[in-house]
Amino acid sequence: MEQVLQQLVNGISLGSIYALIALGYTMVYGIINLINFAHGDIYMIGAYVGFAATTFFGLGFIPALIVSMIMTAVLGVVVEKVAYKPIRKSTRIAALITAISVSLFLEYGMMYFVKAETRTFPEVLPSKNFRLGNVILNNKDVYIVIVTVVMMLILQYIIHKTKIGMAMRAASMDSEAAQLMGISVDNTISVTFALGSCLAGVAGVLVGVYYNSIDPLMGMMPGIKAFIAAVIGGIGVIPGAMFGGYLLGITETMVSAAGYSLYKDAVAFAILILMLLIKPKGLFGKNVREKV
Amino acid sequence: MKVINRKTIMLAVVILAIYAVVEMMIGQGIIDSYVELNIVLIGINIILAVGLNLVTGFTGQFSLGHAAFMAVGAYVSAIVTAKFGQPFIVAITLSALAASLAGVIIGIPTLRLKGDYLAIATLGFGEIIRIMALNIDYIGGASGFNDIPKMTNWTWVYFMVVASIVVIKNFINSRGGRACISISQDETAAEAMGVNTTKYKILAFVIGAFFAGISGALYANYFYFIKPDSFGYMKSIDILVIVVFGGMGSIAGSVVGAVVLSLISLFLQSIPELRMVIYAVILFMIMVYRPQGLLGKEDFRFKFLKKRVV
Repeated sequence: MEQVLQQLVNGISLGSIYALIALGYTMVYGIINLINFAHGDIYMIGAYVGFAATTFFGLGFIPALIVSMIMTAVLGVVVEKVAYKPIRKSTRIAALITAISVSLFLEYGMMYFVKAETRTFPEVLPSKNFRLGNVILNNKDVYIVIVTVVMMLILQYIIHKTKIGMAMRAASMDSEAAQLMGISVDNTISVTFALGSCLAGVAGVLVGVYYNSIDPLMGMMPGIKAFIAAVIGGIGVIPGAMFGGYLLGITETMVSAAGYSLYKDAVAFAILILMLLIKPKGLFGKNVREKV
Repeated sequence: MKVINRKTIMLAVVILAIYAVVEMMIGQGIIDSYVELNIVLIGINIILAVGLNLVTGFTGQFSLGHAAFMAVGAYVSAIVTAKFGQPFIVAITLSALAASLAGVIIGIPTLRLKGDYLAIATLGFGEIIRIMALNIDYIGGASGFNDIPKMTNWTWVYFMVVASIVVIKNFINSRGGRACISISQDETAAEAMGVNTTKYKILAFVIGAFFAGISGALYANYFYFIKPDSFGYMKSIDILVIVVFGGMGSIAGSVVGAVVLSLISLFLQSIPELRMVIYAVILFMIMVYRPQGLLGKEDFRFKFLKKRVV
């Protein structure tokens, strides 16, 4: 039982990371129907910005987090303006391939500059363990969960209470109608990318702090996993992405704890395929009829 | 239309002449082993790209797991030749059949999905096959499969390339091929016209897998050594890049794409990171400025061979 609770704690930490990345996927997909393959790489760059901020500029945890958020938000907007805007009207396959090319560009461009080796993230948060009954709680677990929850609350506030949030919801529902109502869809899409990338940047710094190691290809797997999380929750549905992230994180740590750690990626993909076959709109998705 | 006419005879002569010239150059040592290695690699990429083009270009089903079928073929061939000592022809046949079987197993559930979801599901299946290979000790697991006898040579590669092009080209010009093209244009309309879309989608997928299996066998029996990570998601993207670069729906495009991209990566070998960056830029430029690919829908026509038909 203690073992299960302990793994649950680890699973929630990992799930927070997935949830943060999945939010970006789901918002972007909701608004322009594009699987932004480069999202996982924005998370990687977020981790590197955090690394640079803490190692070379000696910033603390919170300032590094904020620097990373700003940088990734800018990067997200640049990627959107340079790469995705020209292909917004083209076919689905063209859009997906463009996304893959942006992802390759960021991964290997980054590798060219920072070299392929793994880097050790500095210890910005001194490790402290709390005991909760028989479960050991590291303060990093607590930080991850608190930061994630705060981010999600801010996001919910932006989406449901502000004018730009309303514009985002309108554009994702029907971008043409939104445009007719005087919403600048271009700006709204940029804001969506900025917000999503910002959350990915947060996830990058958190992962650096939690696992202490970063490398230029670290975004590949978590990127795909976060997409799986977004699919589980129903793509385009924000609470769904959070739920999917936590579900996937917990499942993965449980599979590892049961001794099948080599199969944990396979389990994630199996969940994805089952989900797509049984309920392609996700657990929280609305059923939308396809129009001919 | 008769199968043996002036055009096909001329074509066969040209094909055999190319074979004989290169074979002679290899025998004379004009083509050294380094060049031969690259020719083999280009050949393997052509087979993969032509197969994927049938699935993605002609049938419009976006697959990101093509390398998995290559992995199945490679491992089956490695087992058959290294563990059971069977001749290469048996190994290639079994590889192709095993990969087709994998194609059926993966195709039946996933091909109900469309567009992005299909891409992600095939990516998932590809990764599952890779992870399974990583965890089976019989085939070497993560450390790879060693001491595979070298059986692939110019003859095998060349005739497999020719076979894949001929079979897929003829398939496209057949009733089944036209059904596949109609699916890529409008699946609903195709279905309304009485095309059994599921059947033809799976058929295209299986033919693609069949040739990917062959290319896997050629790969395994040329390089002595295979490991699961050679057949990951990046390999699938590599193949996709060839197809997109050459032109989706153009077999000639896939051949040109395989040759050009193999040469580009050869020249950039010393700077592997920049190689991928340049790849990415090429891919992006093509998607923005020429989404139909280098050759678009242009294809081999061989008009020059039958110009003087009486």
